[in-house]
Amino acid sequence: MTVLAESPARSGPDGAPGGGRRLVDFILRARELSIFGALVVLVIATTIANPRFLSEQGVKDIFLNASILVLLAVGQTIVVVTRNIDLSVGSVVGLVAFLVGSFVSGSETNILVAVLLGVGIGLVCGLVNGLLVSFCRVPALVVTLGTLYVIQGLQYRIAQGEQISASEVPDGILSLGTGGVLGIPYLPIITVIVMLMVGYYLRSYSSGREFYAIGSSPEAARLAGIPIRRRVLTAYLVSGGLAGLAGVLWLARFGTVVADAANGWELTVVSAVVVGGVAITGGVGTVYGAALGALLLTTIGSVLVVLKVNSFWQQAITGVLLLVAISVDRLLELRMARALKSRTRHSADAPAAGAPASAGTAVKGKDS
Amino acid sequence: MTSDARSISGAAGRFVRWETAITALLVAVFVGGIGVSPDFGNSGNLSFALRDLSEIALIALPMTLLVVCGQVDLSVASVLGLCSALTGKLWDGGMSIEAIIPIVLAVGLVCGLINGFLVTKLGLPSLAVTIGTMTLYRGLAYVTLGTGAVSQFPSTYTDMTLNNVPGTPIPYPIALFAVLAVATGVVLHATGIGRSLFAIGAQEDAAYFAGIRVKRIKLVLFAVSGVVAALAGIIYTLRYGSARADNGLGLELTVIAAVLLGGIDFDGGKGTLGGVIAAVLVIGLLRNLLMLNDVSTETQSIVTGLLLIISVLTPRLIAVFREAQGRRRGARPATPAASS
Repeated sequence: MTVLAESPARSGPDGAPGGGRRLVDFILRARELSIFGALVVLVIATTIANPRFLSEQGVKDIFLNASILVLLAVGQTIVVVTRNIDLSVGSVVGLVAFLVGSFVSGSETNILVAVLLGVGIGLVCGLVNGLLVSFCRVPALVVTLGTLYVIQGLQYRIAQGEQISASEVPDGILSLGTGGVLGIPYLPIITVIVMLMVGYYLRSYSSGREFYAIGSSPEAARLAGIPIRRRVLTAYLVSGGLAGLAGVLWLARFGTVVADAANGWELTVVSAVVVGGVAITGGVGTVYGAALGALLLTTIGSVLVVLKVNSFWQQAITGVLLLVAISVDRLLELRMARALKSRTRHSADAPAAGAPASAGTAVKGKDS
Repeated sequence: MTSDARSISGAAGRFVRWETAITALLVAVFVGGIGVSPDFGNSGNLSFALRDLSEIALIALPMTLLVVCGQVDLSVASVLGLCSALTGKLWDGGMSIEAIIPIVLAVGLVCGLINGFLVTKLGLPSLAVTIGTMTLYRGLAYVTLGTGAVSQFPSTYTDMTLNNVPGTPIPYPIALFAVLAVATGVVLHATGIGRSLFAIGAQEDAAYFAGIRVKRIKLVLFAVSGVVAALAGIIYTLRYGSARADNGLGLELTVIAAVLLGGIDFDGGKGTLGGVIAAVLVIGLLRNLLMLNDVSTETQSIVTGLLLIISVLTPRLIAVFREAQGRRRGARPATPAASS
């Protein structure tokens, strides 16, 4: 919907359609604002309950913990926007962390080599996913479920019960996880740079907008001559590459890598993306929203620890939050559709503005 | 997936039916298994292999119906875990198994209804909903029982899940599965409801305008899925004699793998239950065979993954191939199909 609401092709003469667009813009912005608001309320409430929550170390920990998840959420966003999904990211993180870990262990490998190696492995995984989804037209869920199994199995085979311990990892790489500039750790800096780059690309380049077009309506995108297969492949390459980078950062942050590292993360990443307002049915959402979603999930985790909530409740609460987020999102969407419909009645120009809403609602869950 | 490509893969399907291929694979695995491992073919091992499949096979039945109508339920393994934890908790609290079973089934029903309501009332995609409830139900399982385990269930009940039906190599849970499979098969392939499911999966809007009560049907399916997952949770608990919150972790993926390998199109609207049953057996026999040959669980994971990819890739490749052939002959206008 974002694409249709914002793209210049849709902006008709001023008047009622413009009003409709303003409304769409407002609600979409409200969507991200509301996640941000929830985050602020959460932080304030927790700080009142326990002032140490906002200590420098506390904040640093949240950002460090969030950055790997945010990185994955950015990659996942670009895939989900094209109406696909990448469930293999968790296993890619684990595989990369382990492979790069064993590659550098005991030597003084340059950090750049480690990063390139990690991203390279991630890109290969993304390439496999992307080729299967875009060129072989296999449903994304099935493909990435399959590669999830295969990569996980490969990792266990390679690990053979061994683990990488922090003492084997060269200090140069570990300092990436612990060090920083001007008191800001490297990890969040890297993540924010990547997020801004991908966000800028998706928003401001016409090829970036095409990802949204594909997700909104594959058929229309095809008729418009958009190279769907290439874009979908690109989306998977980005997701795989970022998962590879996340794997290296995982190694740098934790030093210790066990065989089931990042197992099950794929669902956390999808949760973050969905909480962040990226529609699982494609075409809607921003990397900033997804990043906020990831930050919110991480913060909730920290809050529950600080408030000494039984850790068993943490998962249940995360689940409820996810359900609330997607339900609220859906209710907003329905309200927006209704609002736009009532506006279209008063204007002859308006059908153009009414279209985005119906594009969003017509897509039922089955295509996800 | 465009309808164009779908119809081509349908045409390809007429030459080699997927169910035939998967049944051939089943026979191949079986015969090959006897060749590779002498112990594989004896009835003790086969009934062990079957018993090991109980929960996957049971849950695969409602999952088949859901995927046929274009939905998916990722929360089944979490419902299994929650129900297992609950069974343990209630048993620990001194209740009898007879009293526990209806309570646990009711909890499964509620879990399924929550999924169904979120999907039908709010029109949310089932994938997103059930990822949420998957996390929620698993969390509740931990809230119920923590990381501990409850064991020491009465042997009359544990035996029921371990023993075979007298005079046959068929374990009781599999006998139950057989009964439910027949019922599911009849519903899916011989009733109007079954035809409605295929119609919803193929074209939901068309089905709706044709007067099919789409929402009602989906709600019922999710409810059934929850109840069956609860049943599987009880069986799992008694079979292993251990109630744990993390029971059945990751099982949903194996079930979905079985359903897709069985030839049910993930886009909905296509497939047969026979294919799914054959696929469940293939996965079970393969696992057993790998286990007999001391192949590690990680390799089993790789095999499952590859099998899954190949199973969906093959028909698509045939479709692509036929499309290219058709284009060369000029029999049909060239329509580059969009990726899904």
